[in-house]
Amino acid sequence: MTAAVATAALDLRRALRRAERRKTLGGLALALPLTAFLLVFFLLPILGMLGKAVENHELATAMPRSAEALRSWRGLGPPPEDVVAIVATELKEAHARRQSALVAQRLNREQAGWRNLILSTARRLPEAPNGTWLRTLVELDPAWGEPAIWAGLRRAAQPWTDIFLLAAVDLTRDDHDSVVKVPEEQAIYLDILGRTFWISGLVTLFCLILGYPLAYLLASLPERWANPLLILVLLPFWTSLLVRTAAWIVLLQREGVINDFLVRIGLLAEPVALVFNRTGVLVAMTHVLLPFMVLPLYSVMRGIPPSLTRAALSLGATPFAAFRRVYLPLSMPGVGAGCLLVFILALGYYITPALVGGAADQMIAYFVAFFTLQTANWGMAAALATLLLLATLLLYWVYARLVGIDRLRLG
Amino acid sequence: MLGSGLLGRATLWLYCGLVFAFLVLPILVIVPLSFSAGAFLHFPLPGLSLRWYERLIEHEPWRRSLGNSLVVGAVATLLATVLGTLAAFGLARARFTGKSLLMALMLAPMIVPVIILAIGAYFFYQPLGLTSSLLGLAIAHAVLGAPFVLVTVSATLGALDPTLVRAAHGLGAPPWLAFRKVTLPIIAPGVVSGALFAFVTSFDEVVVALFLTGPAQRTLPRQMFEGIREEINPEILAAATILVALAVLLLVVAELLRRRSARLRGLAP
Repeated sequence: MTAAVATAALDLRRALRRAERRKTLGGLALALPLTAFLLVFFLLPILGMLGKAVENHELATAMPRSAEALRSWRGLGPPPEDVVAIVATELKEAHARRQSALVAQRLNREQAGWRNLILSTARRLPEAPNGTWLRTLVELDPAWGEPAIWAGLRRAAQPWTDIFLLAAVDLTRDDHDSVVKVPEEQAIYLDILGRTFWISGLVTLFCLILGYPLAYLLASLPERWANPLLILVLLPFWTSLLVRTAAWIVLLQREGVINDFLVRIGLLAEPVALVFNRTGVLVAMTHVLLPFMVLPLYSVMRGIPPSLTRAALSLGATPFAAFRRVYLPLSMPGVGAGCLLVFILALGYYITPALVGGAADQMIAYFVAFFTLQTANWGMAAALATLLLLATLLLYWVYARLVGIDRLRLG
Repeated sequence: MLGSGLLGRATLWLYCGLVFAFLVLPILVIVPLSFSAGAFLHFPLPGLSLRWYERLIEHEPWRRSLGNSLVVGAVATLLATVLGTLAAFGLARARFTGKSLLMALMLAPMIVPVIILAIGAYFFYQPLGLTSSLLGLAIAHAVLGAPFVLVTVSATLGALDPTLVRAAHGLGAPPWLAFRKVTLPIIAPGVVSGALFAFVTSFDEVVVALFLTGPAQRTLPRQMFEGIREEINPEILAAATILVALAVLLLVVAELLRRRSARLRGLAP
């Protein structure tokens, strides 16, 4: 009897597990199309972009034998005559095939000015060496006698390069291939990175200062009042980013509405510059990102029972103490979620700073676009994008740990 | 509690009134300027006219970019809605290790800066013949829009009382009938508001458009971006006003859907 019951229970458990497994498999099958779609059109392009940041094929494509010879050579240049001979003859061949420009462009990433060195040398190289090839090269340009160009060629000959990633944090490699800081006047990227974080931090702070009281008020109102007011928060959210940015230009420009008004009421003697500078970027970005602060704050504050603060007050706490010791700690998850979200979104901003900022207010995304679309320096663009992606993913991970992926809602 | 006294309450309302003004007024200020009879962006207006709207309609680039944006938006919305809804159903059913990781991947397009997708697509849609193509842009926009659909549909699915479906089964409804008569009406508002989000995302997207479109595929946001960068004029504000009207319309639809969904789930009268 008991044995029969036990068997039946086991069968039931097995059947349940089988049903559960079938349900999961069915679920996975439904999730598969989106997964595959995102793998092909989202993840692979991003991985490929990361590859571009370390790609180093130019020299190996245009001058394969030289690349091989340079890779096996060690020491401080110029290299032995046999290596120099391969490089010189192959440079001449590459020039005849019109591929020397590729090499020149790659070398110019190592040091500005090497494009000319490569191109003019390739153009003037004789058929046969004048004595040795090294001597021939040095006669064409004394730079060939220095170790620098040879170290640069050797770096360009490697299968991968870290020169772009290093450059993205203002580092480079010297003639011994050691990592060193770039000269002061060329160091710009740490500055851009710092600026990106600084602007994002300020915008987050402004959003919190404006958004916290607003969410607090909305959460304390009955829903039939709070909902229509929430629509006012959502209206900018649904309005085109470009429309909002254009609106700020109209408002803030020198002949704009705000300057006009302030001059007319006598507060300003003459118009001041409010846009195409840092002020414009901060104002417009705060406006654009404020809803992302208010919504998570509001949803957390709605869940705080009013009885708790009432209890604190009845126990003799001053209103300020009741807020600071009871309400504020309970609202912290909302503060964390809102701040993280705004900060993450601000980091990657491109359009708003590009339209309302000056040259000194552009953030890292601007330079990614600049290097891709204007100068075709894809290695540098990919390296900067890699940096931006790393920062974002790190913060995304923090968000997932602190707030939870399932709480991520942008609307 | 702060803001409990009369004075505190008044201060809070005043402060929040100013924040509301900051949120809404900049958007509203462009509306009257777009009806200006003059070319300068000043108040008071020299007179009212529809001349900038006429310019907008006559101007070939605006018309074509609007057409492109509508096509791209429609395709992107369709793709995102179908894929996102299926995935929401799948994830609601399946229980497996690594589910949160898959979820993180599916929601990543909301968080990863658009410029990263743009540069990735710029390099790697090319071998697929998807650069300088409306289809390529629509695919990238579907990547951006699908998480919104996933989130909104998941939310309505989470609120769906499974006993309702079970009751339908118990009363003899075959699975598809139970789905059509019970599940679908309840989740439909979630699907539609997700689709609206996906459409707005595409209709407003300019970064990927800058990377993936040539002159023939120019979209409305790209047209506006370049217009604003050159010089902002009432013609651009006329286009912007139309977009604001569209935003209000979509917002109202989304709000109505939210109420309907709450009512269907028995959360509100």
